[in-house]
Amino acid sequence: MQQLRLIIKREYWTRVRRRSFIIATLITPLAFGLFVVIVNYILQYKSDEVIRIAVVDQGELFSGGIADEENIFFKQLDVDLETVQENFSEFDYHGILVTPPAGSVQQQKYTAKYYTDQKLTLELEPVLIDRLKSALRKHKIEELELDEKTLSALNSQVDIKPTPVTPEAVVGTSLAGKIAAVIGMVMAFLMYTTVFIYGMMVMRSVMEEKTNRIVEVMISSVRPFPLMLGKIIGVGFVGLTQITAWAILVPLMLIGVNLFFGFEVGATNLPEAPPELNGMNPELLANQIMTELGSFNWWLILPLFLLYFLGGYFMYAALFAAVGSAMSDDLGESQSLTIPITIPVILAFYITIAAIQSPNSGLAVWASMFPLFSPIVMPARLPFDPPWWQVASSILLLVLACMALVWLSGRIYRVGILLYGKKVSLLEMGRWIFRK
Amino acid sequence: MANILEIKEVSKRYGSKVAVDAVSLEIPQGRIFGLLGPNGAGKTSLIRMITTITRPDEGTILLNGEPLHANHPRQIGYLPEERGLYKKMKVGEHLIYLGQLKGLSKKGAEDAARHWLEKLDLMDRWDQAVETLSKGLQQQVQFVATVIHEPSLLILDEPFSGLDPVNTNRLKAEIRQLHEAGTSIIFSTHRMEQVEEICEHIALINAGQNVLNGRVSEIREQYKENHFQLSYEGELPSNFTENFTVVSQQNQEVTIAVPEQLTGNQLLRTLLNKGVQIRAFNEVLPSLNEIFIRIVGEAKPVQTD
Repeated sequence: MQQLRLIIKREYWTRVRRRSFIIATLITPLAFGLFVVIVNYILQYKSDEVIRIAVVDQGELFSGGIADEENIFFKQLDVDLETVQENFSEFDYHGILVTPPAGSVQQQKYTAKYYTDQKLTLELEPVLIDRLKSALRKHKIEELELDEKTLSALNSQVDIKPTPVTPEAVVGTSLAGKIAAVIGMVMAFLMYTTVFIYGMMVMRSVMEEKTNRIVEVMISSVRPFPLMLGKIIGVGFVGLTQITAWAILVPLMLIGVNLFFGFEVGATNLPEAPPELNGMNPELLANQIMTELGSFNWWLILPLFLLYFLGGYFMYAALFAAVGSAMSDDLGESQSLTIPITIPVILAFYITIAAIQSPNSGLAVWASMFPLFSPIVMPARLPFDPPWWQVASSILLLVLACMALVWLSGRIYRVGILLYGKKVSLLEMGRWIFRK
Repeated sequence: MANILEIKEVSKRYGSKVAVDAVSLEIPQGRIFGLLGPNGAGKTSLIRMITTITRPDEGTILLNGEPLHANHPRQIGYLPEERGLYKKMKVGEHLIYLGQLKGLSKKGAEDAARHWLEKLDLMDRWDQAVETLSKGLQQQVQFVATVIHEPSLLILDEPFSGLDPVNTNRLKAEIRQLHEAGTSIIFSTHRMEQVEEICEHIALINAGQNVLNGRVSEIREQYKENHFQLSYEGELPSNFTENFTVVSQQNQEVTIAVPEQLTGNQLLRTLLNKGVQIRAFNEVLPSLNEIFIRIVGEAKPVQTD
C-alpha cells in the first residue's frame, strides 16, 4: 500500500510539473476561446461582393419592384432581352433574369431563365428563387381572389406537451428531450476523449519505462501489479486535474470572450438550433433551458457519470497498459496492437449517437450493458431516465469487467515488461495470462 | 559458514524453453560470489527468481534460511544488466523515491542519498535531471540507487559493462568497501578476468545448468593439468623428456606436462640431475577463462567486450 501510494504520487507529480502539461492545460481553453471568436467572425461575415442583376420581366411578376439584398441589386429593364444581351458587356451585370408569364393558377412548376457567363453561387441562387416564389405567391393570391388573413389561418402551430401519467414521473416539456440529448452527447464525447487521451498516456508511459530499462530496476523493489495500478491511478488523477482545470477555465474564457467581443457565445455552441426555437425570445428560451436543466436528477446523473468515467478509464487504461508492455522499441509495427482497443471505443461512440435518438431501443439497452461500451453509452442515456434495474446491472457488469480486465492486464504486463526486442502477437499475449 | 542464499533444485521454463534446469547453489554469507556463464545461459533468469521478479516453476530459494517472500526484496539490492532511470527526474528525488520503495522512510532515504552522493562527489548534481548527466555519472547514480537501502545481499549483473576504466575502478573500490562491511555480493558476468580479480567463490551456469561451483582456488586446482613452467639458462639436454611431454617452448621457457602418476618434484629432480640451469620453476594453474572455455566448449567463444 505504501509503495502504491509512492508510485501514484510520482506518476502524478512528474506529469503535472512538466511544462508540456501546464502548457496544454492553459492553451486548450485559449484555443477554445480563439475558436469561438473566429467562428463568430466567420458567421457574421457578409459577402462584400456586389452583384448587379438585370431583370427582364416578361411575365410582369415584379410590378411592385424587387427588394435588394445587402450586396445583390436588381434592376428592372424595359427593353427586350436581345438588346440587353447585345450590350451585356457594356454594363456591369452579373446576369439577366428573364421571367416568363406565370401561366395558370394550378401550374406549380415555374422555370425562369438566368443568362450569365458565370456560375450561380450558393449565395445568389436562393435569393433569386425566393424573389420569384414570393412574386408568384402574390400573383396567385390575386388570381384566386384570396386574402392574406384567410391564408395564414391555414397555418397551425402544433406543440406536444408531455404530461406524466403517474404523478411522480418527471417528463418535463418537449424541450427536455432535446436538452437530454445534448447532455448525453456531451457526456459521451467527454468519455470518449478522456479514455483516449489518458489511456494513451498510460500506454506511452509503460513503453517509456520499458525502453528506458527502468522497469527492471523498479520491479526488483515493487511487484509489477502495483507498479501498473499506480501508474493507472496516477495518470487518472492527472486527467481529473486537467479536466477540472478545463471545466473552470473554458467557461471563464467564454465569458471573457463574450464580454470583450460582445457577441452571444451560445449561438456558436448550438449552430443548429431546432427550428421551433427560432423566433423565440432568447431570454425566455434561456430561462426555459435553465428550468429544464433543473428538472434533471443531477444528484443521480453526476455521481453515476463519475462512476462510469472511473470504470471506463480503469478498464481501457489497463488494456492500454497491457498493450504498452508488449510493445517493442519499434513504435511503428507495434501500433497495430492498439487497434483492438480503439475499435470498441469508436463503436461505442457511434452506438451512442443512435442511442440518443431512441434511448430505449434494443441496441441502446444492450450496448449499455456490455462493459466495453457501457461507460460511453450509458451516461448518454442517463438524462432519459433509464429503468433503474438497467443502470444497476450495467454498473455491476462494469465493475466486474473492470476488475477482471485490470487483473488480466496485470498478468500480461508482468510478462511483457521483461521481454525485449521481440514482436508479440495478440495470441501470445493471451498465453501470458496463464503463465505462472 | 552460514549461507545467505540457498538455491535448491530450482527450474524455470518459458514456454518450451528451459531457462534454468534444476540448479542448486549455496552462496556463502559475506563473500563475493561470481555467477558465470555465457550469454543466454540462464544467469539473468536465475537472478530474477532470487529478486522475486519471477517465481521458480520448481524448487525453493531460501534467503537467510527463509523461503522468499514479499519483504525480501528490501534486503536485496539488484543492479540489472539492462538498467535505466527516469530521465526527467532529478537525481536527489529519484534516489529518495527508489529508497522509499525499498522501505526507507523519506528522511532515511534522503540521508542515505546525501551520504552516497557526497562520497562519490556528486552532491552538486542533486537538483539536476538525470538526463543531463553523462552516461558514466548516470551509472554511478544507478549504483547508489542499488545500495541506498544497505542491502545484505547485493546482486550485480555485468556491473562494469559500458564503464570507462576510471569509473570501473571507482566502482570496484566501492564494491570492495561494501564487501568489507559484510555485504554478500553476487557478481554475474561472462568476463573472467574480473571474476578472478574480485570473486572468492564462483558457479558456472551453462545451458540452464550449474556445471561447476566452488572456491576459485579449488576450482583452478581441480582443473589443473599438471603443467609446469620452467625458465632456464643455456641449452636443454635433448633427452630429459623421457617421462614428460613438452607442451610449448620458446625463448628459454618451456611448459612441460607431467603425467598423473608423477609429481612436479620428480620433474624438478630429473631436471636437476640432467644439469639444467634453472631460473624459475612453477606450476601452471589454468585461468578461469581456460576452464570456462573448456567446459562451455570451443564452439561458443567467450565474448570479451
